[in-house]
Amino acid sequence: MKILLSWLNDYGDFGDPNDADAVQRVCDALTTLGLEVDSVDAVGETVDGVVTARILRLARHPDAAKVQRAWVDAGDGVERHVWCGATNIEAGQTVPLATLGTTMPNGMKIERRGILGIDSEGMLCSASELGLGDDHSGIRILPDGVELGIPYGDALGLRPDVLIDADVTRNRPDCWGYVGIARDLAAKMGVEFRPPQVPSMDQLASGDARSAPVELLDPERCSRFTSTVISGVRVGPGAEWMQQRLTAAGMRPISNVVDVSNYVMLELNQPNHAYDLDTLGGGGFRVRLARDGETLTTLDGEERTFTSADLLICDADDTPIGLGGVMGGLDSEISDDTTTVALEMAWFEPVQIGLTVTRTGLRSEASQRFERGVDPSGMPTAIARFAELLRETCPDLTVHRGWVDARDDAHHPPAHRETEVRIAQVNRILGTQLTAEDLPHLLDPIGFTVSGDGDTRTVVLPPWRLDSTSEIDVVEEVGRHYGYDRLGATVPKPSDSGGLSVRQQRRRLVRDVMLGLGISEAMPNPFLAPDTLERAGLPADAVRITNPLVSEESVLRTSLRPGLLRAIAFNESHRRPGVHLFEVGHVYPPAAAELPGEFEQLTVVLAGEEAPAALAVWRELTGALGGGARIDQGRVPDGLHATRSATLQTGKEPLGAVGEVAPEVLQAFDVSERVAILEVDLDQFLAREPKPAQWKPVSRQPSSDLDMAFVLADGVPAEKLDKAIRQGAGNLLVGLDLFDVYRGQGLSEGSRSLAYRLRLQAADRSLTDADVADARRGVEAAATKLGAELRG
Amino acid sequence: MIDEITAARDAALADIATADSVDAVATMTTRYAGKKGELSGLKKQLGGLDSIDAKKAAGAAINEAMAAVDTALSTRRDELSAAATAARVEAERLDLTEHLGAPARGRKHLVTQAWERLEDVFVGMGFRVAEGPEVETDWHNFEALNMGEGHPARGEFDTLFVDHVPPGGQPGSTLLRTHTSPVQIRTMLEQEPPIYVVAPGRVFRRDTPDATHMPVFHQIEGLVVDRDISMADLAGTIQAFTEQFFGKGWSSRLRPSYFPFTEPSAEFDIQRPDGSWIELGGSGMVHPDVLRAGGIDPEEWSGFAFGFGIDRMALMRHGVDDLRDMYADDLRFIEQF
Repeated sequence: MKILLSWLNDYGDFGDPNDADAVQRVCDALTTLGLEVDSVDAVGETVDGVVTARILRLARHPDAAKVQRAWVDAGDGVERHVWCGATNIEAGQTVPLATLGTTMPNGMKIERRGILGIDSEGMLCSASELGLGDDHSGIRILPDGVELGIPYGDALGLRPDVLIDADVTRNRPDCWGYVGIARDLAAKMGVEFRPPQVPSMDQLASGDARSAPVELLDPERCSRFTSTVISGVRVGPGAEWMQQRLTAAGMRPISNVVDVSNYVMLELNQPNHAYDLDTLGGGGFRVRLARDGETLTTLDGEERTFTSADLLICDADDTPIGLGGVMGGLDSEISDDTTTVALEMAWFEPVQIGLTVTRTGLRSEASQRFERGVDPSGMPTAIARFAELLRETCPDLTVHRGWVDARDDAHHPPAHRETEVRIAQVNRILGTQLTAEDLPHLLDPIGFTVSGDGDTRTVVLPPWRLDSTSEIDVVEEVGRHYGYDRLGATVPKPSDSGGLSVRQQRRRLVRDVMLGLGISEAMPNPFLAPDTLERAGLPADAVRITNPLVSEESVLRTSLRPGLLRAIAFNESHRRPGVHLFEVGHVYPPAAAELPGEFEQLTVVLAGEEAPAALAVWRELTGALGGGARIDQGRVPDGLHATRSATLQTGKEPLGAVGEVAPEVLQAFDVSERVAILEVDLDQFLAREPKPAQWKPVSRQPSSDLDMAFVLADGVPAEKLDKAIRQGAGNLLVGLDLFDVYRGQGLSEGSRSLAYRLRLQAADRSLTDADVADARRGVEAAATKLGAELRG
Repeated sequence: MIDEITAARDAALADIATADSVDAVATMTTRYAGKKGELSGLKKQLGGLDSIDAKKAAGAAINEAMAAVDTALSTRRDELSAAATAARVEAERLDLTEHLGAPARGRKHLVTQAWERLEDVFVGMGFRVAEGPEVETDWHNFEALNMGEGHPARGEFDTLFVDHVPPGGQPGSTLLRTHTSPVQIRTMLEQEPPIYVVAPGRVFRRDTPDATHMPVFHQIEGLVVDRDISMADLAGTIQAFTEQFFGKGWSSRLRPSYFPFTEPSAEFDIQRPDGSWIELGGSGMVHPDVLRAGGIDPEEWSGFAFGFGIDRMALMRHGVDDLRDMYADDLRFIEQF
């Protein structure tokens, strides 16, 4: 909400716009009220050298079609000639003249310049050229009768002012009007609040009874609709001061009737609409739901199509003339000939307005206010204010008796709402030591009227604060006006100690292991393109985003692999091969449950490495965190290298995968290096905290090492030979290391030599040669059974 | 005899002086100082001397000569050993500024670094760390947080919805969580008060990426529910956090604001030691309706909640001015931190 400080000062003495300290105090007070000040801008500064001048006569030059010649009098008796491109000027008008030597706000310097050899001795100015709003369609015509040759600012009554842009939160419908802001600010700053005084409808109405009848057909969406007939209207320019305020607030002045309508909306937060009664079909209103597909061209010139959930304002002949609470129709605008106005002041249900705005994408000053909730009882005041303000330019107007107040109380917010407030609850929530007697001082000034005595008081909830419904809402008001900065600061002491869960500690350990291995953490986008999973060789079944920003980011990943492969490709393309990355993140496979089968995964990718490098990472990980898994090369995980990958299996459940990415997948991701990969289901892996290791006595007996090498066919996993050796060696075996693998000369094709070092030791005695020989025989026998052949 | 002893000693000393290795010294030790050595051999001749005095004098001379030889041997051994060590050390010279390969240690993602630092500060203040799913139900993300269907505040979240439909449920009721606040609800439903938790996590909005926005980013949420928890406790906790995380000399303030799930609500700002303010996050007293949705009686317990962005903490700490860089997985960026 943009607040012109001089305008706000109509309702209280808040501070002189020329006094920087006073302006700062206002801004600070707004911020402490929750109306955060976004910006403060100086407005109303005038351009030196621009003076009032009267147009004496106009003429065309035969060779200049787009410009005309004007002779002006700037009050000094000198007739000046200027060229002017605008078409809205006439002889006799008073206009702003930028005299020679003037520097315009855009930096342009006014110099004697000629067209067709005829000099221009100055420039006539548009509103936008003078910084008076964005209207650049013509010359800014000044009021008749002002002195000539004086600064145009004096003629317009312009004074330096400040425009404060304050954020209004959703719970403050009242602050969409000056009066609401002024009420809150006056209470905070301790200044007198002066809302505009208006007569009652009874005092105001006169003349013969004239009505524009109203049929309320959908009281759920519109539960109150008033119409007031005002005659004696002469449509013309609005009052100069009002035009200036509206301009400063960012609204374009249009005519006296439209200006007053906007002014009342900004002042009292009551959007309204004036119709020409003479052109209003049937002379009345029907407020009804649209029919599916019904159309209306709105004021902005767009033809809109509605559904049966949108509310239309129609004339009594059932022709749509406006989208209720949002925007009027183009055809029902008042015209220059309008003399009698039917004024609509209504209340629309906020949630439904919000839904219509979402559906149609049409948002307006009115809809923003109705969406947040305007004062359901504010119409009579706003009608009277409208009439009073219009009377300034239409002194002969009559507000007719017989105004219509169509309402459905069953659907309309109740006129009176109240809640009980316990002072103990106030203090409990705010941490204050207030007494019940403090409540009226804090609450009455903002219209939350406190009554009763004792520790529980009754508080009336003002109609302009429909957001407030219960005790906690009032507690917030007390807090705001008492001041958040006065609440104190205490630190509660939890009775338990804080800490990370075992799972969280183990997750940190996973990361530390990765960093220690020189692997860096990546965080790719978890949203994939529709074909990415297939390109990665993974099942295409996935959860999809129904309203993605772009379709390339519309699939929830079921694996961290695609994101990391893309990261490798990116770095490769920037001359950075050999990157080692890991990610710890969630994946979201589909599941027939309340939510998808989301779980946490670890994926490690090592560009330029082969499968054993990934196995080494896995061993390091299990070394640090405990646990382990069977390496099942019989089950090749999707998308991995068929002869260089394995499933990590614990019991019947796969825990992850290890190996290399399949060549066709690498190709699909434009990765030119081999990529070793490890994937681990962290939900399982982190949950399995190993039991503390139990002590075994260290043997003091000497140990003996035995090296044995076997030739084993490639088809038999080394794991099986390991197992056979362990069984064959018996219980003297305390250590087994595979220290060499050899393929090549001296061995037949399709086999390799595996060399092991066995460490033998007894717990209670020295080993004998016989012990070692027994172990050797046992190992050889077990290995032979497997088809392994002992080498010399 | 004496002359013979002196001559033998001098010959030995002269020989020792020429020894050129520790091994040569060892050989000479046997030859000159051993029990079967030359000087020891002279002792056998003592019996042939006439007088006691002559025997004494010759014996003393032999001992003296042996001591001199011993000293010479050990001195020479030490000299040669030191020289050998010095020669070895010289031969082993390495240029320690020669180094091959890239830096060995991996880098943690900036978000993780900030995330863990935040966790550590709150753990130190007695908080535990809660987690929840990133794909959420509409109920946990909105409804339980006082934003029922049609609530206008929902529109401000730019929610991404997914096509998952729970068995017997409605399409459109599953979404990517727009904030970490649903973890508040899950925590309250799983745990009896007192509750002191922070919930860091990944959140999602339908935002076009730019220097300060990403559709995927991270927040941390705090929730305290205990007896007689007040807004002063919220202010104190934020202040304590500010000092611990940012440092002494930093301070904080609460400013009225509006969130559907807290009341009273407050934005919190932090102030740099130079006096300038930074808007950090939102906070407030947990709304009674939200406590009820979490199965907690608001008459018995009260609480506060707060939340702010983790990504921004990372940007601020390292002076990164474009959020997108942090998610590019570009090693040239990663290796800077």
